[in-house]
Amino acid sequence: MARVALTLGPLFFHWPAERLRNFYFRIADETALERIHVGEVVCGKRMPFSDPVWPEIIERLERGGKEVVLSTLAAPATVRERKAIAELCADGRVVEINDITALPARSGRPFVTGPFLNVYNEATARFLMRHGAITICPPVELSLNTVGTIAGACPEAEFELFAFGRLPLALSGRCYHARLHGLHKDSCQFTCEQDPDGLAVDTLDDQSFLAINGVQTLSAEVHAALFEPATLLRHGIRRLRLSPHDCNMVEVAHIYRSLLDGTQDADGARFLLSCLDLPGRLVDGYAHGKAGAQPAMPA
Amino acid sequence: MTTSGRMELVCPAGTPSALRAAVQAGADSIYCGFRDETNARNFPGLNFSPQEMAEGIRFAHAHGSKVLVAINTFARAGDTDPWRRAADTAAACGADAVIAADIAVLDHMATQHPGTRLHLSVQAAAATPESIGFYADAFNVRRVVLPRVLSVQEIATLNRLIKVETEAFVFGGLCVMIEGRCYLSSYAAGRSPNLNGVCSPPEMVSYDEDREGTAARLAGFTIDRYAPGEPAGYPTLCKGRFKAGDKAGYLFEDPVSLNAGSMIVAFKAAGVTALKIEGRQRGKGYVTEVVRAFRKAVDAAEQGHDATEIDNILAGLSEGGRQTTGAYRKIWR
Repeated sequence: MARVALTLGPLFFHWPAERLRNFYFRIADETALERIHVGEVVCGKRMPFSDPVWPEIIERLERGGKEVVLSTLAAPATVRERKAIAELCADGRVVEINDITALPARSGRPFVTGPFLNVYNEATARFLMRHGAITICPPVELSLNTVGTIAGACPEAEFELFAFGRLPLALSGRCYHARLHGLHKDSCQFTCEQDPDGLAVDTLDDQSFLAINGVQTLSAEVHAALFEPATLLRHGIRRLRLSPHDCNMVEVAHIYRSLLDGTQDADGARFLLSCLDLPGRLVDGYAHGKAGAQPAMPA
Repeated sequence: MTTSGRMELVCPAGTPSALRAAVQAGADSIYCGFRDETNARNFPGLNFSPQEMAEGIRFAHAHGSKVLVAINTFARAGDTDPWRRAADTAAACGADAVIAADIAVLDHMATQHPGTRLHLSVQAAAATPESIGFYADAFNVRRVVLPRVLSVQEIATLNRLIKVETEAFVFGGLCVMIEGRCYLSSYAAGRSPNLNGVCSPPEMVSYDEDREGTAARLAGFTIDRYAPGEPAGYPTLCKGRFKAGDKAGYLFEDPVSLNAGSMIVAFKAAGVTALKIEGRQRGKGYVTEVVRAFRKAVDAAEQGHDATEIDNILAGLSEGGRQTTGAYRKIWR
């Protein structure tokens, strides 16, 4: 049987350089993840902090046998951000496109389309494949069945399912961390750094609901799409994406690998995940074609 | 591209009667959609059958107005036919342009109906010269409806770097999230703008009374609370009151609507081709009033009147609701 690969998606949060280094070194040394995305995707203002450490992280990951993908910004605006995208697109490594801005610079060479790119159907997928898309990770609101429909019509591309983490739900021109702290985006003081998994947003009735991360809004709960490998392969899914969080990601990777290797079933994997120190409860509604906030239920 | 001609006033129509009202109130263009999930205002009782669309276009053309047909949701996987059909019907009806966001729809239009003008929907969220240039080169898109993240200074810079026209929202509902890239609604309630053409769907809304007043909920999530006697608003997800850290309040956006009427002169200086009024869900009385006021305001701007005079023309439109100029002024961010 074909193997379903595991990817570590790009980090959404603003972690200090030292934490980034330690995190990715551990990923390089202690996990069976095959592909690792690096780079800032949420806020260009954070790039001066993380840019200096990426070369060292990439070197360590590649030395550890990992395939490194360079992720690009999801909502570029400034000249500097656009230039950063163009430079990354010129790299010999595979690049992840999260906004159409990157497409002209990358067209004709291999790229991954990230969940911020609106691939909702096979016609759009095929168009992007003609431009160089090799792996397609569709928007998080699409169900396993829908992704399977697209994948079935596009057998030449590899389809990837967003399978673990707080769900990236929205982007804005406005920074909510700055707004919450009474600051302006242009002088935000990087308050987002205080919240390594984003800052929880509850309803006035204390329901856990969303999380803010600078210009990004995520779910408060942790999405966990836990399917057995035969089900994934039947839907044309050949890769799962785990989104980095401030929890034991080595263990998360291990749980998903066990599930994909058949040494753990979905209910067991769900139980093991629920034992970790996650930022929210487990949900999986999107994977089943329901509201994303629907709690994950045993099969 | 920086245009120097008269600015075009683009007005909404959710029904044939709203279309006629907009034409008669002085709209240069009317945008509308078919009665199905191919358009981003897929609400019960709204929108056009193919026959109504054909009649509406004939009426508009007879009165010197244009009709732009919005086919601006994302085609469903394995079932893209309704979107292709909508595009074919719009072209057959003589639409002056199709407004689309999905690459599948844009590609279909470019290859099957190269003679029909294509506008890029705000749902495509194209905000950089590179992405707008891509849509222009790949599909011959002639105009981009700008995402509501750019300041008017940034729009001016952008217009110098691109070869297509720009259209800017000037009045009506305001999305605080980048449109076309927001899944908040499907996360809470299972239906979303991109998938279904709806946000915060009405069938999932409840107003629950308790001792503390009224809770406005969406799919069980409390979006806002009102004291007894306080009028309750519609629980649009991003405009609710929430708690984060030690604060509670409108974390994303206050319950405001967009009114950038005072910036019409600035839009013109920035090279914007068309000004767009939001509100396909609105009745014909509202459409008449807003279009008439903006007609006067745009004409005044064209005649060289200043922002204060234009403000006076539009003063009657505030209805007591709170308004903002949104991202057009940098302070919003």
